[in-house]
Amino acid sequence: MSRYEIRFSGSGGQGLILAGVIFAEAATIYDRKNAVQSQSYGPEARGGASKSEVILSDKTIDFPKATAIDLQLSLTQEACTKYYKDVKESGTLLVDEDFVTDVPQGNFKVIRLPIIRTASEEIGKAFVANIVALGAITAITQQVSIDSVEKAVLSRVPKGTEDLNKKALMAGYNLAKARMS
Amino acid sequence: MSFDYDQYIRGGKLPHIWCPGCTYGIVFKSLLRAVDSLKIPKDDVALVSGIGCASRLPGYVDFNTLHTTHGRALPFATGLKMARPDKKVMVVSGDGDATAIGGNHFIHACRRNIDITVLVFNNFIYGMTGGQYSPTTPSGHLATTMPYGNIDPSFNIPDLAKGAGASWVGRGTAYHAAALDKLIVEAIQHKGLSVLEIINACPTTHGRRNKFKSPTDMLLWMKDTALPVTAFDKLPPEKTAGKFPTGVLFKREAPEYCETYYGLVERLKSPKEGRA
Amino acid sequence: MGKLKLLQGNEACAEGALYAGCTFFAGYPITPSTEVAEFMARSLPKIGGAFLQMEDEIAAMAAIIGGSLAGAKSLTATSGPGFSLKQENIGFAALTEVPCVVVNVMRGGPSTGVPTGPGQSDIMQCKWGTHGDHPVICLTPAYVQEIFSETVRAFNLAEKYRTPVIIAFDEIVGHMREKIEIPDKGVLPVEDRPKPACKPSEYLPYDDSKGDVPPMANFFEGYRYHVTGLNHGPDGFPVNASPRIHTDELRLMRKVEANRKEIIRYEDYMTDDAEVVVFAYGVSGRSGKTAVEAARADGIKAGLFRPLTIWPFPEEEVASIASRVKGIVVPELSLGQIIFEVDRCAKGRCRVEGIYRVDGDPITPSQILAKIKEVK
Repeated sequence: MSRYEIRFSGSGGQGLILAGVIFAEAATIYDRKNAVQSQSYGPEARGGASKSEVILSDKTIDFPKATAIDLQLSLTQEACTKYYKDVKESGTLLVDEDFVTDVPQGNFKVIRLPIIRTASEEIGKAFVANIVALGAITAITQQVSIDSVEKAVLSRVPKGTEDLNKKALMAGYNLAKARMS
Repeated sequence: MSFDYDQYIRGGKLPHIWCPGCTYGIVFKSLLRAVDSLKIPKDDVALVSGIGCASRLPGYVDFNTLHTTHGRALPFATGLKMARPDKKVMVVSGDGDATAIGGNHFIHACRRNIDITVLVFNNFIYGMTGGQYSPTTPSGHLATTMPYGNIDPSFNIPDLAKGAGASWVGRGTAYHAAALDKLIVEAIQHKGLSVLEIINACPTTHGRRNKFKSPTDMLLWMKDTALPVTAFDKLPPEKTAGKFPTGVLFKREAPEYCETYYGLVERLKSPKEGRA
Repeated sequence: MGKLKLLQGNEACAEGALYAGCTFFAGYPITPSTEVAEFMARSLPKIGGAFLQMEDEIAAMAAIIGGSLAGAKSLTATSGPGFSLKQENIGFAALTEVPCVVVNVMRGGPSTGVPTGPGQSDIMQCKWGTHGDHPVICLTPAYVQEIFSETVRAFNLAEKYRTPVIIAFDEIVGHMREKIEIPDKGVLPVEDRPKPACKPSEYLPYDDSKGDVPPMANFFEGYRYHVTGLNHGPDGFPVNASPRIHTDELRLMRKVEANRKEIIRYEDYMTDDAEVVVFAYGVSGRSGKTAVEAARADGIKAGLFRPLTIWPFPEEEVASIASRVKGIVVPELSLGQIIFEVDRCAKGRCRVEGIYRVDGDPITPSQILAKIKEVK
């Protein structure tokens, strides 16, 4: 595997930095790959456009930021519009189908999934949208095993929410699998 | 039998830098008598200061002594005390050092109520730099940077300390040296942050410019204007105008910072209560 | 095999401090360094160490000097404006020779600047920030694992040479997460300050007759002595208008200058046959490495010199590179600071070209590659 770049983007407070951290932890600690997770953020703890990036590689990762993105997730229109330009040719743009309605055109594949709706309606808690997204990304990228991601999720989420998060992860995973098949 | 000051004074470090007529020497001796009466081993005492005439005092005394940067004695002392809560940490400061450049440290040390004894030598002026006005210079007094008379309102140091949360506040004067011994003893014995304001005189840069004909006049001013707080409190306001109360002005029971912190450390040792 | 963890640079810094035996932290909240304080706030009470959030940055610096004098290995962490505020007391620690470690997670500046973005524009402040002549050791790690090990080294250097040591890394490196291995105790060396062997009555805290680093007694251990920010004699008491001031300040400088070989560390990557060398530290060094690999793939003989010790500056190493290459490319997240040092050492023997960027994003490998091609 050479360099593989993933960007989680959305609005501050959606838990996308945590999603990136969990993905990187799954890759490094459980799958024993190399990964770097970084983020860029503004002064707002809530709102604004925020992004978290994970770079995977079988070699040492020196430059730590994404410049040619293999997969970008965007949960808000603002983040999608602001960041989609770094998605590389033949890369994938994964958007929330309810919240990103004006999907940009380009030489990349677009996948629309009801991520936030799945979290709020199927799981019953909108705040697990980041974990639903994580499941979908695991399925789409096939870079890290779903078992490792599940272990990483369980090690990072608050006690008492394990089942909820496990359900959210699998819901996202299955949602993407179904869409891709 | 006369008191043996030499047991506390570092060999070869005198004479001190203070001017003839300065009252710091009186307070210096009072401090040594007070510490001696408490029988605290010299190895267990740290005396910390900032910058200014008063801040030179630690250099003369055979304790662990630390002469720091202007206004910062309290945070240095806080570091010493937090690392060695079993030891006695004292701070010597001046009015400018404690309440101007070090004002923020002063109020926060009071708020934490860490067990440090703070002696504020208030001589109403920046002496070492030659007589600039300080936050305690009385209204109308002349200073090199108030050549037309001081227009700045001034701090009342005990009020400031009390308002900021100090759990023991007192005031003494260099004139009332015997009473000062007792106040310093009580300040040291108090568990928590104690602030003792000590009224001092700077004939060279303050008195000379402000109608005090001699250092003696400044001591007599202390004698005439200081009233024990018990008497002060009984008098109607018209009788206390221009006077100031001395003695223990305020004290309260309050949790001491190091005890609270190291209490937490103890609690964390028990896995039941410890949280990750 | 130690423990594997996915950690932020800032967290790895705190882990490194604990590994080195740090038991005292004082700080003040400031972005982007706060995670160091937060980590220490969680960890120190559990091991009986002291954590203090002080009223300001000045107080935090003062408190760690107090903590160190009382025998605790001490750390503070800050950024930009806070680093400016600490300068006076950094000078105090240098002159009074109190070991301590100051972390500066660099953000954009001047003034409030870009608190959440990376910067490398404090690098001259690390050297010249406090007034007067004084020794400076400043380390510039670029990888999370390196932040851990260089923090351990920072404590060792601080203790060994009795001087404040600064660790400067940018926001990107401070906030990024990478897998690191925390080695078992004893794997990395841990040094403690030299202690006096003499009787307390014979102790001279600043005696320069037996070496440049006098043994250090902690407060409350029977060696009652005086510490002052005034220039002082061997006994610690102030001296005024004395030749001692000159010789003692020379000694302070010599503690670092005479030990360059031990203190200076760097990564030298393919510079042997290089025609163009990238000189860069921190996140710019990481970009530089990727750029050099890309250049080599294009058949260009490029190399990377990445200092882990920026102060004292690796003068001899840069001079040697300058004498054998066509050019040195210096990318930095500033408007040009460390390039002056490179230029000073190159002494006109090769081209020295800067790449500067202060918009909150790192310099990309393609920016550096373009410059390598231009210089070659």
